[in-house]
Amino acid sequence: MNNGLLNWFKFASPQSFYPLAGKMIPWFWALAAVLGAAGLYIGFFVAPTDAQQGEGYRIIFLHVPAAWMSMFIYLVMAFWAAIGLIYKTRLSGMMASALAPTGALLTLLALWTGAFWGKPMWGAWWVWDARLTSELILFFLYIGFIALQAAIDDPRRADKAGAILALVGAVNIPIIYFSVKWWNTLHQGASVSLSKSPSMATTMLWGMLLCALAFWMYSIAVALMRVRSIILERERGTEWVRQRLTSAAR
Amino acid sequence: MVWNSFSEFLAMGGYGLYVWGSVAATALVMALEPVLLARRQRTLIAQIRRQLAADGRSTGQAPRSRA
Amino acid sequence: MLALLKTVVARDLRLAMRRQADIVSALFFFIIVVSLFPLGVGPEPDLLRRLAPGVLWVAALLATMLSLPRLFADDFRDGTLEQLALTPQPLAVAVFGKTLAHWLSSGLPLTLLSPLIGMQFDLPGDAVWTLVLALAIGTPALSAIGAIGAALTLGLRGGGVLLSLLVLPLYIPVLIFGAGAVDATAGGIAAQAHLSVLAALSLGGLFFAPWATAAALRIALE
Repeated sequence: MNNGLLNWFKFASPQSFYPLAGKMIPWFWALAAVLGAAGLYIGFFVAPTDAQQGEGYRIIFLHVPAAWMSMFIYLVMAFWAAIGLIYKTRLSGMMASALAPTGALLTLLALWTGAFWGKPMWGAWWVWDARLTSELILFFLYIGFIALQAAIDDPRRADKAGAILALVGAVNIPIIYFSVKWWNTLHQGASVSLSKSPSMATTMLWGMLLCALAFWMYSIAVALMRVRSIILERERGTEWVRQRLTSAAR
Repeated sequence: MVWNSFSEFLAMGGYGLYVWGSVAATALVMALEPVLLARRQRTLIAQIRRQLAADGRSTGQAPRSRA
Repeated sequence: MLALLKTVVARDLRLAMRRQADIVSALFFFIIVVSLFPLGVGPEPDLLRRLAPGVLWVAALLATMLSLPRLFADDFRDGTLEQLALTPQPLAVAVFGKTLAHWLSSGLPLTLLSPLIGMQFDLPGDAVWTLVLALAIGTPALSAIGAIGAALTLGLRGGGVLLSLLVLPLYIPVLIFGAGAVDATAGGIAAQAHLSVLAALSLGGLFFAPWATAAALRIALE
């Protein structure tokens, strides 16, 4: 994705981005695997036991990266949506739609791991904690985006309508987050904080960072795979697709 | 290394179910998503190829404008 | 610009008055939903008093949403919307007018009806007044944000359900501060802060949402 941004003008057309994405995907997979292996090794074998939460805190190495990425992907999605609206580049709209399902899945993962963390720590699978609740709302926003695009048959209209929704959502996320936080502090006292244990050892932080980077690379790889499918679907009638697919290459 | 034995590693200090439940969910999603995407791409390519072959037979070579 | 605004508001209100049944049904929907809760959770006054702010606000959100699919649909069908988009004035002004008319025919009646429901739930007198005030201040935001969803789903199949999927998550801040205001008053705290935030949400919504709505309408009109 960063490459796409640097060479933006050269690779803004789906036709030239399609092969480029194909070349980049293995690299992002490799990065994701290496970073993930390192992060999980640190997280599960090197990082010491937490004084308060015992071994249960090790969920942090999956939960926090998933939560971070779920929020980050929405912002990236809104960014591509804005670019698509302003510069009318077709690729950016496809990028936004390619990111949404991955973002929704990561939100789901953050909720799932949050529940599996909350159960031993809070004694309940679900607590209306400010962060969990905002994450749930973020999931609804993703679902709304995907549902809206699925309901529109014309891809160009789907891109534009999705872009407006993504931007409205991005503007609203901080408002929603702060109101949920306010609501939470009004209704219940401070509970065990999930991601901020006071004695966060440096090794823990490193494990978390590496895992977050691995999740990031994973998201890019998966989004590129999906954007390739979207490009093919939309451009299936064009000459370059015909040439590409009738020659032996993928 | 913080573990003395493999069974201790599996038990996760009594949090085994929760830790491994999270790991399993994450692994499942991260394995399934790319597999499904790769399959989507493969079927799509096969479908377009079939269509191109059919078009080529019927009209010589002119590509269809939009499917 | 003001002339256009006045025309749009007057026209939409006249149309709404011609279809009073819609307004009345939305009101009864509000009453019925609220009345279901005591039947669901039991008639203890203490419990109902605790639940009232949230229940009333959730019902208000749902009731305002009922009329949203109609907001642009009729004008879209008979071509009025296209005419509005072609006028030299910004489309957002017309959208603002339609939003105001929508509020006058959905949010305002709800607000006027709410004291009755508040008393049904045995809310203390000052909490009832806060409820009225909060609804009056907060429901314009619902109309404004809802208009975005209505424009995005214009002409789509299954538009109504989709609309609620898009709009309800965006309503959450209004719900939190609206119900919070009533809660605060019932708990003996001043609701000033809540009401100020609600006012900010409404003003912000009324100012920014019409632009997004207008952009969404232009996409639907293409």
